[in-house]
Amino acid sequence: MFRTVAELVAQAEENNISLAEVMIQQEMDIYDLSRQEIIDRMDRNLTVMEEAVERGLSGVESHSGLTGGDAVLLQQYMKNSQPLSGPLLLDAVSKAVATNEVNAAMGVVCATPTAGSAGCVPGALFAVKEKLNPTREEMINFLFTSGAFGFVVANNAFISGAAGGCQAEVGSAAAMASAAVVEMAQGTPEQSAHAFAITLKNMLGLVCDPVAGLVEVPCVKRNATGAANAIVSADMALAGVKSKIPCDEVIGAMYRIGKQMPTALKETAEGGLAATPTGKALAAQLFNKQGGSVSGEG
Amino acid sequence: MVKFNSVFDIIGPVMVGPSSSHTAGAVKIGNAARHLYGKTPEKATIHLYGSFAKTYKGHGTDLALIAGLLGFDTNDQRIPDAISEAKKAGMIFHFIEEHTATEHPNTVRITLGDGQQQFELVGVSIGGGKIEIIELNGFELHLSGNYPAILIMHNDRFGAIASVTKILAKNEINIGRMEVNRKDVGKEALMTIELDQNIESDVEQELQLAKHILKIVKVVN
Repeated sequence: MFRTVAELVAQAEENNISLAEVMIQQEMDIYDLSRQEIIDRMDRNLTVMEEAVERGLSGVESHSGLTGGDAVLLQQYMKNSQPLSGPLLLDAVSKAVATNEVNAAMGVVCATPTAGSAGCVPGALFAVKEKLNPTREEMINFLFTSGAFGFVVANNAFISGAAGGCQAEVGSAAAMASAAVVEMAQGTPEQSAHAFAITLKNMLGLVCDPVAGLVEVPCVKRNATGAANAIVSADMALAGVKSKIPCDEVIGAMYRIGKQMPTALKETAEGGLAATPTGKALAAQLFNKQGGSVSGEG
Repeated sequence: MVKFNSVFDIIGPVMVGPSSSHTAGAVKIGNAARHLYGKTPEKATIHLYGSFAKTYKGHGTDLALIAGLLGFDTNDQRIPDAISEAKKAGMIFHFIEEHTATEHPNTVRITLGDGQQQFELVGVSIGGGKIEIIELNGFELHLSGNYPAILIMHNDRFGAIASVTKILAKNEINIGRMEVNRKDVGKEALMTIELDQNIESDVEQELQLAKHILKIVKVVN
């Protein structure tokens, strides 16, 4: 079993296999499952992601009314104007937003690695898909590669905002996506590790400060820029840019920062954006709406 | 021992949003309560504590708990319509926001009953969709639902535990974790046994007939 990114990369290089393949083989070994069973299960997760994006792009609104409809706005803007950041980047942003808007509206999503950070991986994947035209198998491999990096983070640090701040949740998701983009674009395993490191370095210190404690503001937009960060960092790694700090050490830094982060900035809705005048006013409004006890008669 | 073993812990689960702890975890607690109660409850009183009490509407925690009591899975698209589904199923429910502090921020106490049978469970959602049942009918326990398990109500007499473990050993079933709690010496007690495999119905029947055993509930995984 690989415990670190260095071990993951080494296993891929020594056996001359992809990072996705390392993850698939480990899953087969641990659970004594056939290759096909594992691929089929990931294929179903991919379908869930596709359906969530499609639903989000057709327009949804959350129960609280705080989020929804931005994926539609972005797609319209892309159709009617020339986006300054380029069509691929904005496509990733719109598809990440679509996924998290569906999540906020109680739709079905695939947690990657959590529900609150479910937009980064599909956002990057489905945008890059338009450019690279991958096979279904290559898209499934994208998820295994993302999963392999997430696996290392989850076992060496944390992947939830409550435990380590947003850097642990959306930070990990964006970095996972970045590593997988590199592999899909024919980069080396080592370049995937650099892409992961570059993405996560740029999200270190990010706090988890959701307004009213809901997985909406700013979570949806953090997934949007998380997906964009993933693609930009992947391009940097593919260009040959290297992270001076090795990937595993960046994960270690993220862990220590998360440990030092005050509780008010770890999903308790007591600090950051949640504690702004507008954040507090929105929370008060929602809780008043909630008020009293609820009951139903059969 | 690593915390996460599978790639599907990272890419997954497939679930109805928005929160693995406040939605998916709540469905699982509701489901556990239904399973341990044994049928769709006629009446449910649900006490919410901590973050559950503060944010349940926005996270759909209420809908998720009802959906769980109706036996829905975490990815069931009927979760947002759980209230009308409960009406169809003839289930009456009542939510109460509690203000007392609990050890864990996401705690819920569920009381189920039909006049004859009363049932109470306390569950906590500990993150990432993982849950723990920490109280059942007044007994403390630690049940995750991640492994197959059997809960055995028995009389607190010598030999009761040995009779159970003897039957499991004879059937070559390994115990992963076990705990025993009693309300008072010589009164009713609860054994919680997590196993490496699900038990077959013949083993269950054998356990049912063992000395001092009152009731058995199987948690299948």
